[in-house]
Amino acid sequence: MTTATPTVGVGAQATEPVTRAGRVRKRLNSRTATLVSIVIAVLWTIPTFGLFISSLRPENEIKTTGWWTFFSNPQVTLENYQEVLFSTGSSGQLASYFINSLAITIPSVLFPLAFASLAAYALAWMNFKGRDWVYIGIFALQIVPLQMALVPLLRFFSTGVTVAGVQILPAWDLVDEQKFAQVWFAHTCFALPFAVFLLHNFISQLPGDLMEAARVDGATHPKIFRTIVLPLITPALAAFGIFQFLWVWNDLLVALIFAGGGNETAPLTVRLAELAGTRGNEWQRLTAGAFVSIVVPLIVFLSLQRFFVRGLLAGSVKG
Amino acid sequence: MEFDFAAEQPKFLMLMYGLIAFVAVVGGLLLLLDVVPSWFARRREAQLVAASVGGGVALPRRRKQREGAFAFFFLLPTLLLLAIGLVVPAIRTTLLSFMDSSSTNWVGLQNYEWMFSEDSIVRVLINTLIWVILVPLVATGFGLIYAVLVDKARFEAVAKSLIFLPMAISFVGASIIWRFVYAYRGEGDQIGLLNQIVVSLGGEPKQWLLESPLNTFLLIVIMVWIQAGFAMVVLSAAIKAIPADIVEAARLDGVSPWQMFWQITMPSIRPALVVVVVTLSIATLKVFDIVRTATNGNYDTNVIATEMYNQAFRYQENGQGSALAVFLFVLVIPIVIYQIRNLRKQREG
Repeated sequence: MTTATPTVGVGAQATEPVTRAGRVRKRLNSRTATLVSIVIAVLWTIPTFGLFISSLRPENEIKTTGWWTFFSNPQVTLENYQEVLFSTGSSGQLASYFINSLAITIPSVLFPLAFASLAAYALAWMNFKGRDWVYIGIFALQIVPLQMALVPLLRFFSTGVTVAGVQILPAWDLVDEQKFAQVWFAHTCFALPFAVFLLHNFISQLPGDLMEAARVDGATHPKIFRTIVLPLITPALAAFGIFQFLWVWNDLLVALIFAGGGNETAPLTVRLAELAGTRGNEWQRLTAGAFVSIVVPLIVFLSLQRFFVRGLLAGSVKG
Repeated sequence: MEFDFAAEQPKFLMLMYGLIAFVAVVGGLLLLLDVVPSWFARRREAQLVAASVGGGVALPRRRKQREGAFAFFFLLPTLLLLAIGLVVPAIRTTLLSFMDSSSTNWVGLQNYEWMFSEDSIVRVLINTLIWVILVPLVATGFGLIYAVLVDKARFEAVAKSLIFLPMAISFVGASIIWRFVYAYRGEGDQIGLLNQIVVSLGGEPKQWLLESPLNTFLLIVIMVWIQAGFAMVVLSAAIKAIPADIVEAARLDGVSPWQMFWQITMPSIRPALVVVVVTLSIATLKVFDIVRTATNGNYDTNVIATEMYNQAFRYQENGQGSALAVFLFVLVIPIVIYQIRNLRKQREG
């Protein structure tokens, strides 16, 4: 499912047209193309921009005039952010949810990253019976929608495993912030098929001579994995890490089901969806709140866009 | 206006436990695999030395066996988690879909009959169909046009980043952004951009999200806004990967831009196009956050994933919720089969 070789950002063929007329036409062409593409790009950004401007305006202004009037009557305040982040009670307390988002996201990225790279290495460079079948099985799991797993997995956490009336595994019985563990578990499970697929693509393309040389020198598999494979696949690890980070940080469904709704565990997305439902017209909170939730993925994305794009191009179907 | 930082400490503690668990599990596994085999290796070396001194017996075939054991431990966490988190639950969900709401009695196909006979659910299925047809089509179409356009433009990187940016925004955030665009005020100035445009053109402001069937299309706009960047990036990379000499040869032959697009560009990027459409179709089938945040599935905007959530987790109708989940899975399968066939054809061709 890989597409063509990723060469994003590299200037395309700079072949000179032969005739003078052709050169003029090409320049015109590229000028219109530039203009149109910039206009579209600006249009694309206007909704986000409007939200950002609004989040900085006083409550009264937001609710009575459009954000575009800001430019004729600029009034800037940080009160919305102050209120939405730190005021307690039903109006915000997003700082607390922000911490939840962090606490959910970090382990949910690390666990699948480690487990999947181990598995991908085994599937690419170890010889054992049924290797191809195991890989095909994991690969195929990518298409199972996570909706298929939600109800039983929740029961697994809340009531444990019982076979023929005998309790084999107890319920997890987690309270408050301990419920993070459930979310980590769920996110890790759901991420693995795609992670194994992506990393296997990468690891299996490492030069075989390298592995063979290491084996001849007497290196064991864990040693090869740690000292040769891991350093070489850092770009792939980064690509999947960013992908998974954005996925988990932005996820609503998994958090809604496994984290519960309180400020002990629920991430920003859950809180925002709740605010949008119950206080849909409190725009001073919604705009500031939405921006709080956007800012971290935006920073990650803008600073690491190259890796993310590479991951997308190597990737395919996310479960 | 007091934020109690001390109350947040248990969370950091829990996060630390999680990280400790991570280090313990992964580090422990690697250490185990490192230490135990080298102990065995040393013993085996000693055996070999003894054997060679004693007159050279053939080398025992233990390498392959050991490799199997190694592989087992490398794969263990992944396989265990996949079994607990995906395989067994998926099978159970399939079974639950043939049982009643409390999962005690078998009811045969009753849940599936309910799905296709209940009016509100039929509406859900139709909405999902509209989503799955429109989102991949429009997002891919836009992405393709933009990729071709931007290929010749200056400031290419900046323009692409701006289109791509919504990918980083959560569906929840995007839904709030667009709800603000669609916002409505009864009297006075409008605060929503869309109504402002309508008013300045001399129209009447509307409550856009309450008007069925228009509201479904307005929600689809949100999804297209997010996903077009993905389509654009993948297709743009494919366009850049077309060999320059092919393009040059066509240009020397005096091919018009239009012909160039249909006869050179399109056939060359076909595989990428298929990947984009398939990926977007599957993502769209499972769309949940947008509908839930923007309308909560009211006003005839419900789709399968939101209805599945409502049935299973709000109304405790586990049978019906499971049936919807299974149906979602069934809908994904033909798309994937199409994709696999395409890949195979490509490999042969």
